[in-house]
Amino acid sequence: MSIFIDKKTNIIIQGFTGKFGSFHAEEMIKYGTNVVGGVTPGKGGQKHLGLPVFNTVKDAVKKTGAVASILFVPPEFAADSAMEAADAGIKTCVAITDGIPSHDMIKIKRYMRRYSKKDKMTLIGPNCAGVISPGKSLLGIMPGHIYMEGKVGIIGRSGTLGYEAAQQLKNLNIGISTSVGIGGDPINGSSFKDILEKFESDDQTKAILMIGEIGGPQEVEAGKFAKENMKKPVIAYIAGLTAPKGRVMGHAGAIVSAYGESAVEKVELLKECGVTISKNPSVMGETVKLVLNGKKIQS
Amino acid sequence: MDIHEYQAKKILSNFGIGIPRGGIAYSPENAEYKAREIGGSKWVVKAQVHSGARGKAGGIIICNSALEVAQATDKLLGKKLVTKQTGQQGKVIHRVYIEEATDIKKELYLGLVFDRSSECIMVVASTEGGMSVEEISKEKPESIIRSKIEVAVGMQKFQAREIAFGLGIDPKLISRTAEVIVGCYRAFSELDATMVEINPLVISKDEHILALDCKMSFDNNALFRRNQISELRDKAQENPNEVYASDRGLNYVSLEGNIGNIINGAGLAMASMDMIKLAGGEPANFLDVGGGATPEKMVKAFKLISQDKKVKVILVNIFAGINRCDWVAEGIIQALQKIKIDMPLVIRLAGTNVEKGNKILKESKIKYIEASTLEDAANKAVAALKKLKN
Repeated sequence: MSIFIDKKTNIIIQGFTGKFGSFHAEEMIKYGTNVVGGVTPGKGGQKHLGLPVFNTVKDAVKKTGAVASILFVPPEFAADSAMEAADAGIKTCVAITDGIPSHDMIKIKRYMRRYSKKDKMTLIGPNCAGVISPGKSLLGIMPGHIYMEGKVGIIGRSGTLGYEAAQQLKNLNIGISTSVGIGGDPINGSSFKDILEKFESDDQTKAILMIGEIGGPQEVEAGKFAKENMKKPVIAYIAGLTAPKGRVMGHAGAIVSAYGESAVEKVELLKECGVTISKNPSVMGETVKLVLNGKKIQS
Repeated sequence: MDIHEYQAKKILSNFGIGIPRGGIAYSPENAEYKAREIGGSKWVVKAQVHSGARGKAGGIIICNSALEVAQATDKLLGKKLVTKQTGQQGKVIHRVYIEEATDIKKELYLGLVFDRSSECIMVVASTEGGMSVEEISKEKPESIIRSKIEVAVGMQKFQAREIAFGLGIDPKLISRTAEVIVGCYRAFSELDATMVEINPLVISKDEHILALDCKMSFDNNALFRRNQISELRDKAQENPNEVYASDRGLNYVSLEGNIGNIINGAGLAMASMDMIKLAGGEPANFLDVGGGATPEKMVKAFKLISQDKKVKVILVNIFAGINRCDWVAEGIIQALQKIKIDMPLVIRLAGTNVEKGNKILKESKIKYIEASTLEDAANKAVAALKKLKN
């Protein structure tokens, strides 16, 4: 069993008939994801890629039994779509969209507070690569073939840096249980800590690689959680050593504005929590390998 | 996105925050006229650049006559103001703000930001106005009042009152101060701001509450629905290369080093810059051409990097995921047919079809240094730079 998705998970695409949505829907289907349909308001009743299109997420859930969705909706409409998914009973929603205003993200999260823990949707992203459980299902935009099935969980903000890590692990013949992109925005659906918690109770996962970056408190909060609540080893790399203070480095959330948000400070604080640090981005794979082999790393 | 002080003041005054009388001027004659229009006998001429700490840098001049206002304006306009925040290159003053001088009784600090930990809007206030918030937290941390505002219901009057009482405001001015705080909150939440800062917020000798200096920043992701804010963007205050990049959909930040970077993805870009630093070099920029690294984006990227005079070596690092290294290689070759590069070029491709991509580059006419890993790429870029110096 993997976290969030497996071979049988019924998945719908929100923003199904658009160019971006169509392209990635096809990639997901090719990978073996159980895509059961999609939603584009106003196009209900049509077929797209041989699958049914629905007007509302509620319709889609009722007719297909979908429990997960992926959002390829433009930023102006993305918050609305995420709330629609939550209300329709979707359990896991991945928001790929880049450029959702922070105020809208806060609105989504407040909206979701109305649901009990049991009924609450897990929102992943936005501005992320999504989720992949190699060999099982792809609910994201990652290139599936660079991910080998195995026992390492990955959580990262960045897309391509996550691919880099997956490739390094594959070159060392180490596989991945699930890789989760939580996205580069300042306010996101799931934090590093939220995903660590899932991995800790996942049988397939034996160690977790966290790929963080400058800005915000989430990496350090996750480190504290690991120290107090986790048995599995956590390895981390923090990008942005050379980033100047107060500048946004591509990701809207990658900005140092307070103590504890620079790469150097995060690394120090994570070390105090017993997290093993990958000293540079070229040795993320090797560092994971050493930890899996039970080696202590002096850094 | 940042805006000028006078623009922020105008916005805040629409939300009920008092500001001293003032006007913007583009020439000494214009400034003198404005001073007479404002009236009084004492004025402040303030350089309008996107930076704090302007006073210490000589960007704020107190004047006792309209003639002095004209002279001060003449001195400031066209000058590069170098403050603690602008870096050595400074920022050019294209306009000044003329304001009536205020007799100050008390200076306060008031700021609003997003608190990423609680995902609330946080109000920060202090009795130690006039100092930067960093200085206040270092020197008078006990003076800082923090209040988290739940965005779903917005700021309540009692929360604003609590802050006002915490600042030791005279009871008869409490409700007026609370109105100012609520006004700032409304401006923040209604305009998709990411920061509102009034420093100092003053109580004048005649007991008015006035925003003497203020700063506002806005969420770039929300500008699509904020035309009135987008209009306030002043590109002259930004680094020209950064403006060139943002107009072409590239994510770019100019830095101090001399190794230029072209990378796909923000995280991979930061990681590559880290590797350059660890290899003993300094990156000249951050540049994310987007996950896809299309040929069009590559042309724009090469053009941008090659027009940066600091750059002595270029490092290209592309991880092809959904796209393929052979396409990326073709894109690089096409770009280099259009843009001439006469400096060492290190290229590292990784991901889908990497062998094919490297073969295409090798068989082309372009002069470059091939690299295999992130570390190899950074080492080769730094080595190429050292070779140039010898």
